[in-house]
Amino acid sequence: MDFAPSSSTAALVGDVRSGAPAYLPPTDPVLMKLMVTGPFGVGKTTFVRTLSEIPTLHTEETMTAAGAPVDDISRTPGKTATTVAVDFGRLTLTGGEFVLYLFGTPGQRRFLPLWEDLARGALGALVLVDTRRLADAFDAMDLVEEAGLPYTVAVNRFPDTPPIALDAVRAALDLDPATPLVEVDAREREGCVDALIALTEHVLDRLPQETAP
Amino acid sequence: MSTPPRRRLVPAYLATHGRTAAAGTHGLDRLSVLHAAADLPAGLGGEHRQLWELVRPGALTLAEAAAHLRLPVSATVFIAADLAERGALSVRAPIPSAQPVNRDLAERLLSGLRALK
Repeated sequence: MDFAPSSSTAALVGDVRSGAPAYLPPTDPVLMKLMVTGPFGVGKTTFVRTLSEIPTLHTEETMTAAGAPVDDISRTPGKTATTVAVDFGRLTLTGGEFVLYLFGTPGQRRFLPLWEDLARGALGALVLVDTRRLADAFDAMDLVEEAGLPYTVAVNRFPDTPPIALDAVRAALDLDPATPLVEVDAREREGCVDALIALTEHVLDRLPQETAP
Repeated sequence: MSTPPRRRLVPAYLATHGRTAAAGTHGLDRLSVLHAAADLPAGLGGEHRQLWELVRPGALTLAEAAAHLRLPVSATVFIAADLAERGALSVRAPIPSAQPVNRDLAERLLSGLRALK
């Protein structure tokens, strides 16, 4: 029997909550992934939304076992899995040569199993920090380091953030001198682009030199 | 009766025909590029049809497809693998030439980012 190509595609597409899908450009782009992580409420979703050319999407990721002892499951006996929403967006570069995906992922230690899965194949990570609670950033930095990803730390400047010198942040976070530290306002595109540039430069620094011809 | 949060009507484990173990997932991951390649084979409906229809007009990554279909990534991997096995879906790796990230790619990415300013 024939399958009639009909208007069902449009109906389906119109029905999904996330809006019409933005298809990839027909240029066979190279797809790359950067992680945007950090403590709860630090501005990861905002950062991704600021840069993404599509309305940000999210997937629900199931995390079993390792997260369970930490989460409060007392009111849901028998619950063995935690669901975490991961936000992501994308950015087309160089007329469709690249499509860069930004994955905003929770930076708490208990998300380690999910983190390893999400970060596979990622180029690097941007760790967002809030200077009012710098210590919360350590988990995220640990996760990134364990995943072996090069990273850059970005202080997200909130309207009520007291001024603090980047040197002091660097010292408080005990950052490796080679790890870039930048300042952003996650709502402002220009600074977010700068943060990605700093991260990509750092990724490049860490890639082995090709042998000279 | 209480009203729990609205969730998908078909649980994810049914969408995958009850499979939970990875078997022939074609190395699919979140950034695998999916595009419908042929007619939908007879006997595949439900989520398989939805995924196939979604990537018929153009290509999407697996993560984007999962988000649009409101399916967990893990379930979407199985569904995509089923379709790929039957030739109904073309799948390509995130980097078309399957090369690892090298300096050349990273440098081109960097100039692409600089061009945004």
